Amino acid sequence: MAKGPYSETVMDHFMNPRNMGEIEDANGVGEVGNPACGDVMKIFLKIDDNNIVEDVKFKTFGCGAAIASSSMATELMIGKSVEELLQLTNDAIVDALGGLPPAKIHCSVMAEEAIEDALRNFYKSKGKDDSIVDEMKAKITKEN
Amino acid sequence: MIYLDNVAGTKPDQRVIDKMIPYFTEHYGNPSAHFYPIGREAFEAMEAARVQVADFIGATADEIVFTSSGTESNNLAIKGFLKNSANKGKHIIISEIEHFSVDTVVTKLINDGYEITKLKVNKGGLVDPADLEKAIKDETVLVSIQYVNPEIGTIQYTEELGAICKAKGVTFHVDAVAAAGFVEIDVNKLKCDMLSIASQNFFGPKGAAALYIREGVKVSGLLDGGFQERGYRSGTENVPAIVGMGLAAEIAKAEMAEYVPKLEAMQKKLWDGLGGLFDFLHFTGHDTRRRPGHVSFWIEYIEGESLLMWLSLKGFACASGSACSSNILAEDEDDLVASPVLTAVGVPTDICAGSLGMSMSRYNTLEDIDKVLEVMPETVQKLCEMSTMYNQK
Repeated sequence: MAKGPYSETVMDHFMNPRNMGEIEDANGVGEVGNPACGDVMKIFLKIDDNNIVEDVKFKTFGCGAAIASSSMATELMIGKSVEELLQLTNDAIVDALGGLPPAKIHCSVMAEEAIEDALRNFYKSKGKDDSIVDEMKAKITKEN
Repeated sequence: MIYLDNVAGTKPDQRVIDKMIPYFTEHYGNPSAHFYPIGREAFEAMEAARVQVADFIGATADEIVFTSSGTESNNLAIKGFLKNSANKGKHIIISEIEHFSVDTVVTKLINDGYEITKLKVNKGGLVDPADLEKAIKDETVLVSIQYVNPEIGTIQYTEELGAICKAKGVTFHVDAVAAAGFVEIDVNKLKCDMLSIASQNFFGPKGAAALYIREGVKVSGLLDGGFQERGYRSGTENVPAIVGMGLAAEIAKAEMAEYVPKLEAMQKKLWDGLGGLFDFLHFTGHDTRRRPGHVSFWIEYIEGESLLMWLSLKGFACASGSACSSNILAEDEDDLVASPVLTAVGVPTDICAGSLGMSMSRYNTLEDIDKVLEVMPETVQKLCEMSTMYNQK
């Protein structure tokens, strides 16, 4: 097949999205929308008592790159700690996908933002202030 | 693969290709070289093609200028005409659903002091001739309105628009690129002064196109150089492609009556079939005034590029006006823009997203339509299940 605008990995995740769907008893749900593309991405997180991602699912209204980015993001998230999730950057998602066209990088940024939004809502659901996420991010930046 | 993107370009007719080959291999002379046989042969073949193209649109051969593309024809028509009309006025009228090669050209003219009126279209994509009549003023020098819109298939009231321009004494250009080979073109019925067509859109090769310039209308060439095309278009002509375009024009003229009814049958089958599949599918364009074999629509909850890619994986080549699929080679996401045509006919911008166009040619069959209708439900279902929007109904 002639090479299209997307890598083989992107096409694989587009055709066979991993972890697609919803988690009914999710304890952290993140949703972001991108006005440039009109895409909407939703991440459902189930985080266990040890702050480890037990399950994650996604739903996306968007293009091939948006679907593949969210699918790949969920694969990279399973089994990770909350701290590790905050270190999951869009660059890591792009690398894992074997690259994205420049105009589609924003799709991976959306995935990164959806993860952070889900984590904020995770802390809020536990009755905590989501500023804890900012503190964790500041700490990660300092350590790096 | 089932090819359903014939507004982007058609498969060339084999008879056309066969006729072109000797103009690469044997008659390869420069058509401006009249004093040896292979140059003269190239020239004569090109002039025969000019007659064929003229006959196709009801013009005479000396009213045809060969160019390289529909875009070049539109540029030559507008910029070349305005070089001679500046002292008559600086007002131009187009519609808001013109091709980029008209819209961009006139929008840039604002910098040169031109005033541009972009006529609104209704939900079906039609310009109201009464709106054109009202918009024309003393300073108006040029009206450029397409015959058929490639994205939504709408056929304008071009004859009526032409009559208004003629009565008011305003020069009328018609971009007929998406019409040629699918809708009959007669420059006298349309009462146009200039008209653009491109070979690749009616079963000819890429790289050949034409601008009809009515006798007496003054147009200046855009390229400086030699005397080719009587000065309208310097540069050695693409003889093989022009020869192919000539035959493609002759074939279209002779055979449209035979294949257009087949296109209409396929169109009806696809239209009725799709309409019965989902209550969240919405057709775009006009119900009856549309290019034969053209069906366009948008689907709620799903995005156009995803739909396009899934259909491609299943073996169907279609088109989308979604922002996401607009300019995949762009360096920046800001260059992704939803189709202005869909926005103009009232499709919400965020939903332009899910637009799709399918345009058949004489090479498609009713069986192709069966296959489309078979694959659409599962494809749409799959994307709906994935979509954040679907359950929020």
